[in-house]
Amino acid sequence: MFPTFSPCGDSAILVTFGSTIDLATNRRAHTLARLLQARPTGPAKNSGIREAVAGYTTLLVHYDPLVLDYAQALEWVQERAEEARQAGVAEDPAALGGNDILPAPRRVEVPVIYGGEGGPDLEFVARHNGLTPEEVVRRHSARDYPVYLIGFTPGFPYLAGLDERIAAPRLSSPRQVAPAGSVGIAGQQTGIYPVDSPGGWRLIGWTPLKLFDPQRLPASLLAPGDVVRFLKKENG
Amino acid sequence: MIPLEPAGSSTPLERAGSSTLQLLVHEPGFLTTVQDLGREGCERFGVPVSGVMDRLALMVANALVGNPPGAAGLEFSLLGPVLEAAPAGRTSGSGNGCLVAAAGRGFRLEIGGRAIPLWMAAWARSGEVIALRAAGSGWGCLAVGGGIDVPPVMGSRSTYLRGGFGGLEGRTLQAGDVLEIGTAAGRYELAGRELLDELRPAYSDHPLIDVVLGPQAEAFTEAGLAALLSGEYTLTPACDRMGFRLSGPQIGHQKEADILSEGIPLGAVQVPGDGQPIVLMADRQTTGGYTKIAVVASASLPLLVQCPPGGGSVHFRAVSVGEAQAKWRRALWTRSSIG
Repeated sequence: MFPTFSPCGDSAILVTFGSTIDLATNRRAHTLARLLQARPTGPAKNSGIREAVAGYTTLLVHYDPLVLDYAQALEWVQERAEEARQAGVAEDPAALGGNDILPAPRRVEVPVIYGGEGGPDLEFVARHNGLTPEEVVRRHSARDYPVYLIGFTPGFPYLAGLDERIAAPRLSSPRQVAPAGSVGIAGQQTGIYPVDSPGGWRLIGWTPLKLFDPQRLPASLLAPGDVVRFLKKENG
Repeated sequence: MIPLEPAGSSTPLERAGSSTLQLLVHEPGFLTTVQDLGREGCERFGVPVSGVMDRLALMVANALVGNPPGAAGLEFSLLGPVLEAAPAGRTSGSGNGCLVAAAGRGFRLEIGGRAIPLWMAAWARSGEVIALRAAGSGWGCLAVGGGIDVPPVMGSRSTYLRGGFGGLEGRTLQAGDVLEIGTAAGRYELAGRELLDELRPAYSDHPLIDVVLGPQAEAFTEAGLAALLSGEYTLTPACDRMGFRLSGPQIGHQKEADILSEGIPLGAVQVPGDGQPIVLMADRQTTGGYTKIAVVASASLPLLVQCPPGGGSVHFRAVSVGEAQAKWRRALWTRSSIG
């Protein structure tokens, strides 16, 4: 029965909420994360909680073993998990509303210049799916994408829920550099490269938004639980 | 608590003023970076923790010079830096200086040509050369009384080289760099304090490493688990601040080597489809999709970190979470004033 709790070394507990990628499961992880993060001045036990990192269906809770032993940390996390369970979560994956603990998702609009220099693979994605490039763009910018987690590189959002009509395989050999701001498709995922990095995703456009800036507060434009909407922007 | 030997009998010849002090970098060494205990609290934004590789070494070095455990110091590997303490403005020979302590493995410390043991606080007068000389493989660190004062980024002074931020402009040191030292640099009376011999880490080329099994131990075959806990795993040359690739008996999976991406703790032993383990270190990415058969215990991490790539090897032993935590608490409480 979910959630399950298991030790992950001597300083972390892995909480698992399910085994498949779906929004309700992911939101349960975010709800617990919020409960663990929101109380910096709470009871002494909470001071032993260092950080909570969401995966697709999990939350990795780091604690300080000099403050809490495993049993104490486990008890604390389980109590918060019970609070989170009682708060509930929308069972309908299409419903993006929050619950008593998790605020309604922040909606972040990401302007994209599709195709051209910043989107060299737009034509490929269109051909691969028997669509026109315009139709790929229309479909890509027609829905909201929840941020399931951030990982891989600083600020890199894992977005799910791509229209399957515009899905495309990865490059057989990754590019040396996918420039910062590149918007790509890999299988049924879409994402944005926050910093220049090697990458195998099909690049269909580019955004001038800075997804990650270490000197900015917060450094990451997006947070787990946000919702991204791509807006078609004309070049220039 | 008597963590450290008391200061020697030498009387203070001089006392530091309150003037700001700098470290001039004459030779940068190899892979020399500013590191503290890491950047906590930003992993959910995909920001790696970074921080010093041998956490115990930095904590002890900091304790020796009177710093809090997480003060920023320098970390180096293969080739150490050559530095000089100088009052701000580069005027030399004013009689000021700073307290330093080197710790870790693979280096010797010289101050003004005098050999100073590792794990000991020593006074470096302004104008004296502080040299970290290579003496084998390993990671060394240098703590300075007052700490290295670079601007914190996201709450930490640690350098994250791949991301190009933290530390000194997000990069390794270069000749000609000037590092600011925090105030309270001049506690001369701590010079001569050292960590008792029997408390120094038992670094070895073939250490026994404690691991806590899981969280995906059940993804492996019984033979795979037995291989991990009985085989010898050598450190390949592919060992860096991000992770150590080991090579040894194949660790087989029940079915798949992949899981849905999830958070990765320091010391995670992940096993991709080829059955060869990778232990994730300070600059690891925050999330990953390989099965983790075990996680290295905090108290064993310094031993693994200081095991030489390309020649060293380890054996793994399973311990309970409770045992691992007790060992780590003991390690810290007996060696420093932490806790």
